[in-house]
Amino acid sequence: MSTLHNTSENPKALKLGPIGTLLMGDKGGQRLIMALIAVAIIFPFCNLVFSEGSFLHVSTYTLTLTGKYLCYALLALSVDLIWGYCGILSLGHGAFFALGGYAMGMYLMRQIGDRGVYGNAELPDFMVFLDWKELPWYWFGFDQFWFASIMVLVVPGILAFVFGWLAFRSRVTGVYLSIITQALTYALMLAFFRNDMGFGGNNGLTDFKDILGFDLQSNTTRCALFIASALAVILGYLISRFITTSKLGRVLVSIRDAEMRTRFLGYKVEYYKLFVFVVSAMMAGVAGALYVPQVGIINPGEFTPIYSIEIIIWVAIGGRGTLFGAVIGAIAVNYAKTYFTGAFAELWLFMLGGLFVMATLYLPKGIVGFIEDAKQGNGTSNRFYLLFKNTPFSKWFSKQSSKGSV
Amino acid sequence: MSLAIPKHLENAPILYLDGVSVSFDGFKALNNLSLCIEPGEMRAIIGPNGAGKTTMMDVITGKTRPDTGTVLFNHKELNELDLTQYDEAEVANLGVGRKFQKPSVIETLTVFENLELAQKGGRGVWQALMHTLTNEKKQKIQNTLELIALQDKAQDLAANLSHGQKQWLEIGMLISQEPELLLIDEPAAGMTDEETMKTAELFKTLAKNHSLVVVEHDMDFIAALDCKVTVLNEGSVLAEGSLASVQKNQQVIDVYLGR
Ligand SMILES: Nc1ncnc2c1ncn2[C@@H]1O[C@H](COP(=O)(O)OP(=O)(O)O)[C@@H](O)[C@H]1O
Ligand SMILES: [Mg+2]
Repeated sequence: MSTLHNTSENPKALKLGPIGTLLMGDKGGQRLIMALIAVAIIFPFCNLVFSEGSFLHVSTYTLTLTGKYLCYALLALSVDLIWGYCGILSLGHGAFFALGGYAMGMYLMRQIGDRGVYGNAELPDFMVFLDWKELPWYWFGFDQFWFASIMVLVVPGILAFVFGWLAFRSRVTGVYLSIITQALTYALMLAFFRNDMGFGGNNGLTDFKDILGFDLQSNTTRCALFIASALAVILGYLISRFITTSKLGRVLVSIRDAEMRTRFLGYKVEYYKLFVFVVSAMMAGVAGALYVPQVGIINPGEFTPIYSIEIIIWVAIGGRGTLFGAVIGAIAVNYAKTYFTGAFAELWLFMLGGLFVMATLYLPKGIVGFIEDAKQGNGTSNRFYLLFKNTPFSKWFSKQSSKGSV
Repeated sequence: MSLAIPKHLENAPILYLDGVSVSFDGFKALNNLSLCIEPGEMRAIIGPNGAGKTTMMDVITGKTRPDTGTVLFNHKELNELDLTQYDEAEVANLGVGRKFQKPSVIETLTVFENLELAQKGGRGVWQALMHTLTNEKKQKIQNTLELIALQDKAQDLAANLSHGQKQWLEIGMLISQEPELLLIDEPAAGMTDEETMKTAELFKTLAKNHSLVVVEHDMDFIAALDCKVTVLNEGSVLAEGSLASVQKNQQVIDVYLGR
């Protein structure tokens, strides 16, 4: 050990390993990853080990629901990476999520084989129904899991690359960029609704049977998908963290806050944007690919423009530009959504809008920023905090309340 | 090649603007402007507001494409590059650094990080992702911090600096880029008299191994720089020479100094 100390420039980094170094000083991230690991162990354990009547039993419904939210969390992470750190407000990220989902859906479709209604070993049911005689070329290879997995990354990645190349090189920014990202997802939605596109039209892809030979309805498969989702969020977090803590991350922040200045420093802004946009689109694609086997369907509805806007709301409510805030926001808002759409469905959209307005007015830095400000006792900039100023409640939010720094 | 400055001439100008015109909606911000900066020269540019000083810098640094004219840049290995063919980032990497009229530092990064970003080299995406701060680079940043008297503020957010300190940080960033040619737009704006004089001293030190073009309104500052002065008016050169000579020029007094 002592030789290690002598030879290394930074013994602390060595001892912590690469992941430890990434999370050094990132309390929120450390806790998030701990929580994700715990959930990834406890939920499947309680689902498989305790029987249905037991107090400790986690139902398959809850497990799958939470697994779905973990996919949303990864999607939110991908959006925070570009919006929080590089100022690219994409209102079309649902498109990359859906494309990843379709790539996985195509694999699951081919896995059905001759177990479909029409019993055609080669063609999915909807193609037989449309009287197609052979598989379109773009369906080739999707009977292989490895091929589909690569496509989950490649398809969103290429679309993001082409779109980003055109948009960033012509210096489309701000509202204009947001509008064309909306147009992108809208155009894809219309395209995927068409039967002759070969993706099942408005019914999409569904009736999946198994994945890698494992029954999609079985609890163990569900648990495995759940664990995979949790691991994907962890991996996505670590990748995002690696990017944002590197010098590249500081270039992104610099682009976000002073794009012109960054150019004059000699950085090709369009390449940086392109890089992070493509990485983000791939992350969104993975989220979609994990989502589809858990919900059992993918249809053009996933491209709906409003869904992409909802992602922004998750991130804003959780706390933009913090990464773990995006995860918290996605999970919290979606639990709330599930609860409220159950209780009073028609009010949910108003509530979501209200939440967004509240967050913008009172929690400009989201839940995460609010908690941090409150802990440091410098919540003076935080209007929500002001509500509690000079009341006994202010103590809740301040570590140094005795010093009276507020 | 028709505009060629003969290469055999030892002192080919580092920057040579020839017949540059820029118009915005018919308004001529630069009108057939020609200007020549020798290697190692410090040049002060003065002129009334709207004379086209900032626009001139925009043209040199690739931000604005001129309607006509060329901007040639020469130094060491690079010969007669027409800067109008490059974008902002490329011009910066060729060795032209620029300081803006408004102090523009990255407010959400620390002073240290601002200097790290500015530090020469590693402009590629991959290089930036894999960048590690060697001791040598750290030491360089440390030296710059001392030069701009911000060593105590290294870990402060740039947003928390005073106006004058931001100006200095931006100058520090410019130096970190290690450019051959520095274009500096109104550096003394918002500085105290003492800071202004210190800045003039710093520029004179920099002039020993850089070429500088400094735009400024503050005549005491110009006097302290003690260099050749170009007066711009309505997008072209009105007068050029020592400060004393342009101050005596009746046209200059009429359009600028007399007001
Ligand atoms: N992007 C632009 N669009 C329209 N007019 C501009 C633009 N940039 C500069 N101008 C005009 O060009 C003239 C020269 O401006 P500028 O170069 O900033 O002057 P100076 O820096 O000498 O005060 C001004 O009249 C200004 O209004
Ligand atoms: Mg100006």
